[in-house]
Amino acid sequence: MGNIWAIFKKQCKDTFKNKTILIQFVMFPVLTLIMNNVITVDGMPDNFFVNLFATMYIGMAPLTSMAAVIAEEKEKNTLRVLLMSNVKPYEYLLGVGSYIWLACMFGAAIICAAGSYSPQEGLAFMLIMVIGILASLLIGAAIGTWSKTQMMATSITAPVMMVFSFMPMLSMFNNTIAKVAKFIYSEQISIMLNQISALQIEVSNICIIAVNLLLFVTLFTIAYKRCGFE
Amino acid sequence: MSCAMMAKDLSISFAEKQVLNDINFEIKQGEIFGLLGPSGAGKTTLIKLLTGQLRQDSGYAELLGKDTRDLSTLEHRQIGIMMDNFGLYDRLSAYDNLQFYADIYHVPYDNIPDILKSMGLYEARGTAVSKLSKGMKNRLSLARALMNNAKILFLDEPTSGLDPATTREIHTILSEQKKKGTSIFLTTHNMFEAESLCDNVALLNEGLIIEYGTPTDICRKYNHLNKFQLTLKGGENISLENSRSSASQMKEYLEKELIEAIHSTEPTLETVFLELTGRGLD
Repeated sequence: MGNIWAIFKKQCKDTFKNKTILIQFVMFPVLTLIMNNVITVDGMPDNFFVNLFATMYIGMAPLTSMAAVIAEEKEKNTLRVLLMSNVKPYEYLLGVGSYIWLACMFGAAIICAAGSYSPQEGLAFMLIMVIGILASLLIGAAIGTWSKTQMMATSITAPVMMVFSFMPMLSMFNNTIAKVAKFIYSEQISIMLNQISALQIEVSNICIIAVNLLLFVTLFTIAYKRCGFE
Repeated sequence: MSCAMMAKDLSISFAEKQVLNDINFEIKQGEIFGLLGPSGAGKTTLIKLLTGQLRQDSGYAELLGKDTRDLSTLEHRQIGIMMDNFGLYDRLSAYDNLQFYADIYHVPYDNIPDILKSMGLYEARGTAVSKLSKGMKNRLSLARALMNNAKILFLDEPTSGLDPATTREIHTILSEQKKKGTSIFLTTHNMFEAESLCDNVALLNEGLIIEYGTPTDICRKYNHLNKFQLTLKGGENISLENSRSSASQMKEYLEKELIEAIHSTEPTLETVFLELTGRGLD
């Protein structure tokens, strides 16, 4: 537990000096606050920008941050020294992961506050965000573990992030994309967020997200077995 | 002196490649042991085995009296590690880097200023690592390895690419650690470092220890030429056998004060390595 807390604290300090990561955490919450208050279009669904940016936030911030942090630590050998200092791989992952998760949840709270939700809806919103951020963290961890350098991580992260963050938005305008997008977790998160006022979650939503989570765990396991944290 | 670590018939391979093959050595408490070998010889792999990061295919290794496969947090807290490429957090300050490892090693924060002072880094404690010079980064990396009063230090190329003054400073620090009873496992391809610092060295080539002993003994063993190389004041170079037959000639040169310089021709660790493998240490 001590090592996890030490890594968490280190990550806190580092983030404030790492603009690339910091911007990931604040960009969408700030955009949501601005767009939600500035743009009003007749016939626009309630919380349109909140749901849109919340989905994009899930597909982007945790995924890119997790991949970037792990890949950087691998590239600069800080992770190797940590492991040689008796920090266990799971402690490292929990330390970094819990920090990014918490930072993203803070961002999610800001996005939630920008929306007009009842307390129950707000709670449901945050629970949905918990699942979405967790899924993105897993795929981010898999990419970071697979990559030897930050450059490699970025080149893999960019297209993956585009798929997960933009497909839910594109599926609103294109039926063919919607047919494909329904199999990815971010689209399911988007659907659940849009149905939040009904406070109902369908079994199909949960099943698809569970399959996605399972797939990401498998991908991480493969990446770890092949590349480790070296 | 008790044994700080030992390896017996230690072997490991990755896929088809035999990375380490029947490695044997013993390092006593307060001994500086140098592992010399070119890049890719297996030095870092050996450190990983000894620190329990990897498991050997066969053989046995012991660290502080315990099988390296079963090292606990207790043993790990008595190990200090310095890697060749620092492993420091660039954006964090020198102080924050040490504070992070103080948390990992359970070292009180009060010790950090003294550690920084002993390394000449106290003035730069608030400076981000990315803004430190290479020598300062190296000293910070060493400070991190020393901060938990380790009984065993693993130093991977501790002076690689450093200027002579910083190298000397680091050698002084290591000698002080040795006096305190710390055992040091040093990997280097700097033969002068190995000759001046190490009690014992092992020459590692393609996963195999090809020579082991004190630097003096190894050099003496391969001293086939056994000659003196004389440079006379006129610029003439003369080679004399190191034997009774050369005594009169040497006496004559000395009496006539003709000698500008005189060198013995015993080999260095570099030339021994070259003789054994046909390749240099770099």
